[in-house]
Amino acid sequence: MKVVVDYDVCESNAICMGIAPEVFEVRDDDFLYLLDENPGEELRSKVEEAVRRCPKQAISIEED
Amino acid sequence: MSSDPIDLDRIVIVGASLAGLTAAATFRAQGWDGDLVVVEASATMPSDRPPLSKQVLAGTLEPAAAISALTDRIDGLDVDIRLDHRVAGAGFAADDLRLKFFNDHEITADGVVIATGSAARWPAGFLVETEDSTANEPKYRPRLAGVHVIRTLDDSLALKADLDSGPNRLVVIGAGFIGAEVAATARAAGVDVTMVEYAPLPLARVLGGMVGEFVADLHRDNGVDLRLGVGLDEIVEGAPGRVGAVTLTDGSRIDADVVVLGLGAAPELDWLGGSGLVVDNGVVCDETLWAGPGVVAAGDVASWVNTLFGERMRVEHWENAIEQGEAAAKRLLAAGEGSDGEPFASVPWFWSDQYDCKIQMAGRPAADDEIVLIDGDPADRRFAVAFRRGDRCTGVFAANRPRIAVVARMRMAESLDWSHVVP
Repeated sequence: MKVVVDYDVCESNAICMGIAPEVFEVRDDDFLYLLDENPGEELRSKVEEAVRRCPKQAISIEED
Repeated sequence: MSSDPIDLDRIVIVGASLAGLTAAATFRAQGWDGDLVVVEASATMPSDRPPLSKQVLAGTLEPAAAISALTDRIDGLDVDIRLDHRVAGAGFAADDLRLKFFNDHEITADGVVIATGSAARWPAGFLVETEDSTANEPKYRPRLAGVHVIRTLDDSLALKADLDSGPNRLVVIGAGFIGAEVAATARAAGVDVTMVEYAPLPLARVLGGMVGEFVADLHRDNGVDLRLGVGLDEIVEGAPGRVGAVTLTDGSRIDADVVVLGLGAAPELDWLGGSGLVVDNGVVCDETLWAGPGVVAAGDVASWVNTLFGERMRVEHWENAIEQGEAAAKRLLAAGEGSDGEPFASVPWFWSDQYDCKIQMAGRPAADDEIVLIDGDPADRRFAVAFRRGDRCTGVFAANRPRIAVVARMRMAESLDWSHVVP
């Protein structure tokens, strides 16, 4: 799976980082960085959780 | 400990808002394939709520998009949604769960998720009965036009229409988060705004003085006429049937052609009288969101014991509705397996966007907790404070510091020890 963030919509609420810190990181500049654009299947449920709980619905998953 | 499994053929979710639809999606995601019914009091699908005081009001998000932001959560799933089904009464005895609606329909269920949310509070006596109100099903409307609450998409669009018509002054009663966001949106649209707060500072009862001073300055610097330490006395008629002014408890009078009431919300509980459930400022649940045999609750209505904090709480935040919708659905499915489920322990979290400031808070502080600055400077509008009670960190408030807020929340989920959260 590929994780896609719509940076025009993202507000750096950082909820995703709280759920899947292996994939999402909001750094000290308060911008969101994707640490792993193609995370392994073991992280799927966490990434899906981040998709659901993003207040701006800025995250989506594209299948390979 | 375990119980006899409940045979779950039909589950009824009461309320089609965020908690209810999240629960519906969770049942399907967990592979449960029984008869799934969602009943909703309103005649139209609810919308996502956070944009109602911001983007919908500002006109930067289409109403349809606010609805789909919510309904996308069940897109393509086998869910039987029944609108215009307001519950008149319920009976929740073990193995016999039934709901009766004002439209005379009835339904029985093997499991029920209560997710009826909350309704905006109005000043006593300001609502009058509508012409189609009956003794069986009373209906109300505000006594004067131009007076708004923000709870539904229609509420937001009605206020937008009033703000778009070029009012002379908007008065916001209550400087809580909804009121403050409305004030910020209206100022951005060039509307003159007076915001009235009964407490000496905004949010003072919850977050203490330092945060309240910051929020007060934020609004004053953006041109809001802030009246603190005074309450609403009366909403006064101007043109016939329409608001013209408000009077305040200090005797002052403010001419206003639009008024927004941000007086908080009350959980929708009246329908549970006689149901057999315990109701006390919410549906009283155990630490797993279990309210009674076959019945769970989620979102604004759920009062449960948060084991992380060791206290009973009821949380009205957006994200809590998602977390509890998921947890309540899983709890009911656990009962289907004869299990007593897992405690729902969480660090409450919310955000609020006002002007150029993103406010976030994690935890559950009290106004008399010690406040410690942990990052930045309020004068820069970029800072974070932590709340301390004894050896515990009870919460973190951040302005334009999302990383600090989320890291603190992650640590609090592990332990509330002060030295762990604020190393």
